[in-house]
Formats: sequence, structure tokens, C-alpha cells
Amino acid sequence: MADPFIRFEDVHKAFGDKQVLQGITFDIRRGETMVVLGGSGSGKSVLIRHIIGLHRPDRGHVIVDGEDIVDYDEDRLFAVRKKIAMLFQGGALFDSMNVLENLAYGLREHTDLPEETIRARVRDKLALVGLEEIEALMPAELSGGMKKRVALARSIAMDPQCILYDEPTTGLDPVTANTINELIRSMQARLQVTSVVVTHDIESAFFVGDRVAYLYEGRMHFVGTIEEARASREPQLRYFLSGGREGADAAV
Amino acid sequence: MNGVLAVGLGHVGAIASLFGETIREALRRKPEWPVLIDQLHHLGVRSFWIATVTALFTGMVLALQTSYSLAAYGAKFFVGDVVSLSLVRELGPVLTSLMVGGRVGAGITAELGTMKVTEQIDAIRAMAASPVRKLVVPKVLSILVMLPILVILADLVGILGGLIMAVTTLNQDSGFYMQHVVTALSLHDVMSGLGKTFCFALIISLVACYNGLIATGGADGVGRATTQTVVVTSLCVLISDFFLTKFFLYF
Repeated sequence: MADPFIRFEDVHKAFGDKQVLQGITFDIRRGETMVVLGGSGSGKSVLIRHIIGLHRPDRGHVIVDGEDIVDYDEDRLFAVRKKIAMLFQGGALFDSMNVLENLAYGLREHTDLPEETIRARVRDKLALVGLEEIEALMPAELSGGMKKRVALARSIAMDPQCILYDEPTTGLDPVTANTINELIRSMQARLQVTSVVVTHDIESAFFVGDRVAYLYEGRMHFVGTIEEARASREPQLRYFLSGGREGADAAV
Repeated sequence: MNGVLAVGLGHVGAIASLFGETIREALRRKPEWPVLIDQLHHLGVRSFWIATVTALFTGMVLALQTSYSLAAYGAKFFVGDVVSLSLVRELGPVLTSLMVGGRVGAGITAELGTMKVTEQIDAIRAMAASPVRKLVVPKVLSILVMLPILVILADLVGILGGLIMAVTTLNQDSGFYMQHVVTALSLHDVMSGLGKTFCFALIISLVACYNGLIATGGADGVGRATTQTVVVTSLCVLISDFFLTKFFLYF
């Protein structure tokens, strides 16, 4: 068994009266791509936000690279966040800054690199996601797919060990979604990072993932490889994978 | 009722801790000058007209109203005293804070609120930076610096407004008016006016930033947060003004 990079131990989280996570326990191994599948509102975004301390569990432990980060304050979380980058659902590009400033944000914040080096780094990262000569554009001037790619370039700008993808293909047309899926795979191959992809897009999940975890109503119903997921008889997972035609509450 | 009180106190506590964090983050690293200068310009310099026009007309109205009411006592030579004391001690700081507070407070909450609901604030945190240091510190500092400057300008323009009315409609000599202004005002009056202004600046900037940072629920949420900021900052300015006036009268 490969050593886990991220481990969830009995994680509970509620917002007001709404129980979102109800005892999540699972491992994400170093270097693998783990896909967290689940329907809308199943708590999957909340789950990955725990990994970099954007949410804190009400109970349980989140262990990242051997450290339990649950009681860490913002200052101590900085070290964790430098190791792990996150691609947000809407991209979350800073819309008051151009593409260059967006990509240089982390570098300017955490390094004393000269401006030349930063510009070169930005150019390299943009090239990795298949974009060039767009440094001067503002986010409002980019299409949805380009925004996602720029956001992806921004998240790898600091050479993280792990990338979290929150719904990377949601809201994109099938062709662009495919490009993003291929980018996730090529990041994986080139940078050898650990990846966690949260999605409800089954096709994308099976394309990019090494293993799949299925989250339903705040509980993990399945964790295993893609083949195991396809063959699984777990009723909730069957229901989800078949688009509601088979499994748990299938309409008769 | 208890629930409302608890929620209200919760917000007060959270704003106090935002204040603490702002001070900590401001002291931790050198300011980012380009950002700070941009904010000084955006929040301060661009509030110049709203502050001075308000003050000019307030000064003119004050002169008219006091000459009307003082005439009954045969005391309309004191227009300069009344205009300058009311402006410097009270109306300059309060009206400027209300007008500028509405303008910059709404702008700050809308900006930070939009960043919050589009996960840009989370993106700053995810990149191991502090949203308080990157966003709140420059805004609080800028308002703390610029609001007192705007108040001083407003005081001067308001006194000038009073002068215009004194000369044109009350047929007073401008030297006579200015002499009354200068003898009426003491350093204490100016300091109490400016002292209040620093408090108003803190209230406006912290409430506006706080409301932006806790906004939820898309455009609708940002709209509500912005409205909330204008209402809360205006009320807080007016209410705290009473207590601050009492406080400064002890000296």
C-alpha cells in the first residue's frame, strides 16, 4: 500500500443544521489521481476544501503529508497551502488583474525572484496549458474555457506537489471539457503531482482518475479503482453511474 | 429578541477581531506601496468633490439659517462664529463621513463581496496569502489617512460657503466674518473634530470590509451586504458621534 498523501479520518462537518459530511474516512495516495464523484450538493466541494484548511471539520482529522492540520491557524496553514494548489470551480481569477499578474501572484508573494524570471515562469506555465501571448488580457476578455486554463496555469505556477480540482469541466462545452480533461492527465504525467478531482461528470471521472470515491449524502459509499467502480454492485453508486436507471431508488 | 442581540454582538465581536488582525497584518510586513497609493487615490482623492460640494452648501445654508434665527436676538454679527464652530466641531466630520462613507463603504463591500462569492478571497487564502493583508489593510489605512484630510478641506470650504453668504446677502465685510471665525475657533475644537473623524474612518472601513468578507449567495447577497454597509455605517457614525462628542467635552 502506497503511503497516503492525504488522509481523512472520521470527518464531520455541518453548516447550521445541515449535516454536510457525516464521518468521512479515506486515503489519497501520493502521486495518484483520486476522483471524488457525487451529485450536486453531496458535499464534495466542501470535502476537498478541508484539505487546505478553507473549511475546518467539526470532528475528525485531516492529515496532509503526515501533519494533522485540523487545529492549524492560518499562519501554519500557509506551509500546507504552498504544497497544494487549488483550481476553483469558476476559476476565481482576480478580475482586477491581468493574466500576468494573476499568474505571478504567488511568485511575487512568496519569492524574491526578479521580474524577468517571473515573466519567463508565467510564459512557461501558460505554454503548458496551451496558451501564449495573452499576458496583458484581463479575465473579463477571456472565454470560459480560457479562464479555466489560465486558472490551471495559475495553480501550477508555484510547482505544487498536489492539485485540487473543483468541478473542472462544469459549465464547459464538450470539446473544451475534453481539453481540460486532457490537461489534467498531462499535468499528472509531466509534473507527477497528486491530484484530487471533484466532479459529477462520470465520463471525465473515468478518463482522468486512477481511483474513484463516491460521496452520497455526506458519506463515502465506495472507494476503489475505475474497474472496481464499473463492476461494483453498491446500490447508490450503480444508481449514480447509470444515471438513475439502475440501483438504489431506480424508477420502476 | 435575545437571538437578534446575540447575532448583533456576534458581528461586533467579529469586527473587533478583524480590527485586531488588521493591526497585526499591517505591522507584520512593509506596506505594498502601489496598492496603497491606488487606494489612497480611489478612496480619498476621488471623494474630493462629494466632500467639498456637501461642505460648500452646508456652510451657505448655515450662514442663512443662523442669520435668520440670530436676527431676532440682534446677534447676526456672530454668523462667522456659529458657522465655523458648527462645521469644525460637528457638521464637517459627520456630513463628510456620511457622504464619503456611503460612497467608499458601498464600493468596498461590493468589491470584496463580489470577490467572496466568486471564490477570489478563497483563492488568495489558497495561495497562502492573507486576504486581510492584501485587501483590508490598504483600505483601512487609506481611509484613516484620507478622511481627516477631506474633513479639513470640508471645514475650509464650508467656512468659505458661509463667507460667500455673509458677504453677498448679509452685507458683512469679509474681514469681519473671518475675524469672528478665527477668534471663535480654538485648537481644541479642531482636535475634537479630527478625533471623531479617526473613529468614523475606522468604523466605515472595518464595517465595509467585514460585510464584504462575509457576503454569501451571489449578486443578491452582494447587493444586500452593500445596502447593509450604507445603513450600518451611517447609523454607527451618527450614534458614535453622540458619545464621542460627550467624550471630547470632558477635555
